Amino acid sequence: MRLERRTQSSLALLLAAPVIAIVIALALSGGLIALAGVNPLDAYAAMVKGAFGSRLSISETLTRTTPLILTGLAAAVAFRARLWNIGGEGQLYAGALVAAWLGHNMAAGLPTPLAIILIMLAGMLAGALLLLGPVLLRLRLGVDEVVTTLILNFIVLLFVSMMIEGPLKDPLAFGWPQSVPVDSDVMLPKLLSRSRLHIGLIIAILAAFVIWIVQSRTVFGMETKAAGLNTRAASFAGIKLGRTLLGVACISGGMAGLAGAIEVTGLKGYVTLDLSPGYGYSGIVVAMLAALHPVGVVITALFVAIVFVGADAMSRALGVPSFIADVIVSISLLTMLVSLLFTTYRVRR
Amino acid sequence: MNRETVLELAHISKHFGKLIANDDISLTLGKGELLALLGENGAGKTTLMNVLFGHYTADGGQVSAFGEILPPGKPRAAIEAGIGMVHQHFTLAGNLTVLDNVMIGTERLGLLRSGRKQAAAKLRGLSERFGLQVEPYAFVADLSVGEKQRVEILKALYRDARILILDEPTAVLTQIEAEQLFQTLRGMTDTGLSVIFISHKLAEVMAASDRVVILRGGRTVAEKRTSDTNRAELAELMVGRRVVRPVRTDQAPGRNILSAGKVDIVEDGRKLLDGIDFTVRAGEILGIIGVSGNGQAALGQLTCGLRGADTGTLVYDGNQANGFSPRMLVTSGTGRIPEDRNTEGAIAEMAIWENAVLERIHEKRFSAYGFVNRARCRDYATELIDRFDIRGAAPDTRTGLLSGGNMQKMILGRNLAASPKLIIANQPTRGLDEGAIAAVHAELLAARKDGAAILLISEDLDEVLALSDTIQAIFKGRLSAPLSAEDADSRTVGLMMAGIWETSHAA
Repeated sequence: MRLERRTQSSLALLLAAPVIAIVIALALSGGLIALAGVNPLDAYAAMVKGAFGSRLSISETLTRTTPLILTGLAAAVAFRARLWNIGGEGQLYAGALVAAWLGHNMAAGLPTPLAIILIMLAGMLAGALLLLGPVLLRLRLGVDEVVTTLILNFIVLLFVSMMIEGPLKDPLAFGWPQSVPVDSDVMLPKLLSRSRLHIGLIIAILAAFVIWIVQSRTVFGMETKAAGLNTRAASFAGIKLGRTLLGVACISGGMAGLAGAIEVTGLKGYVTLDLSPGYGYSGIVVAMLAALHPVGVVITALFVAIVFVGADAMSRALGVPSFIADVIVSISLLTMLVSLLFTTYRVRR
Repeated sequence: MNRETVLELAHISKHFGKLIANDDISLTLGKGELLALLGENGAGKTTLMNVLFGHYTADGGQVSAFGEILPPGKPRAAIEAGIGMVHQHFTLAGNLTVLDNVMIGTERLGLLRSGRKQAAAKLRGLSERFGLQVEPYAFVADLSVGEKQRVEILKALYRDARILILDEPTAVLTQIEAEQLFQTLRGMTDTGLSVIFISHKLAEVMAASDRVVILRGGRTVAEKRTSDTNRAELAELMVGRRVVRPVRTDQAPGRNILSAGKVDIVEDGRKLLDGIDFTVRAGEILGIIGVSGNGQAALGQLTCGLRGADTGTLVYDGNQANGFSPRMLVTSGTGRIPEDRNTEGAIAEMAIWENAVLERIHEKRFSAYGFVNRARCRDYATELIDRFDIRGAAPDTRTGLLSGGNMQKMILGRNLAASPKLIIANQPTRGLDEGAIAAVHAELLAARKDGAAILLISEDLDEVLALSDTIQAIFKGRLSAPLSAEDADSRTVGLMMAGIWETSHAA
């Protein structure tokens, strides 16, 4: 048996790949659920019910989807240009911290919509700036950005910890390490009354479509695609590789920073160290499952959110540990990588 | 002379999707025979050899070696039957020594003692016996292309190959290296080995082979004893029609378009270009001839805008600078044909229309306010496809699916469509077959007639002699004085390529 390159990958195949990957991942995880003594079908039924069973659970799932779309976009945009940004988590916290600080101090005097827009832009800027450092290091000195962006995550978390225990600590929080709260005027409007769902979801979906258009319709999108696929041919064609990479870094870091700003102003209202249960890292899975397509990211983010929210419900109902959510998401990343391979290669005997 | 048959391919067929690569091909190889498999790119030569070696499984037919039928799709069985294959793209590990590369895969795992000593002795024996000089303990990365090929051949011989298959063995070799290779192969067949070599070069097939099998469009069109045929007949059989390379006609050159004055390019303290001077005028082709690796890459990068001169200057149509950016070159009417079409000329994963417009996407007709006008880009690609006869292509075809010749036509097309005043053509016909070469030459000569200045960088002596008005040789980063076409013959230019002018002209 060996692999042979396909001459053409059909659209049906490209669409089927993630579906097949997810089905296989669920089947494999089903084995583990069975080991825990529960019928996997019951477990998945409980999961779906937990994610979609009521108005509340649907709104919870969509609330979870929002940051995953944005961190998924951050990874998808960067990976397409062969910029290995693993720092989504840190960039998210950078955006969150800036949003909390601005949201606490700036509300007075500015009209609400303007203040919200300013906070969003500032969050994006913070995420983008955090990624610019590693990219400049790569361009100037050839430093591997996988290492620098990954390490920055821990540095940023420690910095956040310092800020919320120090200068930005909420004096009214009974000593809990959390930041000062965002003024209620600049909190994002709710999308659904009596739920936690806010307009961040709309912003995230819009961002996905804007990025899709930038990638498929603009000169910048075409040049980054070329630079990502073949640097030598791109520079022969006169594309400035450094400049395209910096542009990509701004979008990628910006999306992760926006995720943080939206979590703070849409949901939590302040920054704590458990603001993100690893959205920056899950974003990588979301992006890979979507084969780096920005619109696909919206759908795969929803899938990952269903798994996480549903697994909590399943765990309460059937006693299967909720860690199974992490297992399902991780296995689906692996199966997706394999099925992506089969979209470009076929097996020959 | 009747030879004992050592290898037989019977009724081999193989298709990829709709493409029929091999259609009922049969051939035999005799003991001690040097057989040439001749055909244009895409004729099915490489596919056939991959079937033979077990890389591909044929849809029909069978292969037998020394009377035994080989199981399909098993390279190991082919190796055990005594078949060795030397691929066009080497399969060597650069960070290992020659000896390690040769031994790899022949030793059983789990042995405590490695047989390196005996292996080295066997390798030395083989190199001496067949005149394949290489140092067993040298690192492969440090070897020249010719030496790497010797290692590939030794690898096959080390595994006791009695049938050797070489896929386009001379594609990467200089003239002299190629001649040495064929001497070596002849030496092998004299000792009873049998050799098949794949080629599309008529000269070497005529000079080296005993017998030639001609493939076209996946079928065997003829089989000839080399002594019973001639170059013209083979060319016609291979292409399926008469191919005549176009001929240059005299014309007076115009004004200076591009000149270089005392240009040095230095890398890691080594001068890649050493005080070079040249001038190309409108309506003139300046041929830079030389064995590859003498500074052509740096000269190509300099003239295509990828790097500037460290000292000295370029003057392009009156503008003086130490270098020009690709963007500036393209907008001011320069056509650039890169040395390597696969890594520099085109992005295989992108559509043809994207590659067609990539370097001029900023022009108004292709984009506005940062948005790509896809309809116009596709129309432009369609225009190129029609005008330059790019076969098997639609604007949305993935560029990597084009054959080498058609990809080169796309690159030529996107450069020539804008009627450039300067063309940098770096190895424009490398790896192309006769039909495609004639087409490229015709396009270049037509551009010259329209007044383009053409800098032709090539290692193909015939090409440079046929096209150039003026010839300069490049040797160790230095350029010879220009020689006009009337004074050029293959002997003089051959000496210049070896740097012989240095002694007579050195100050």
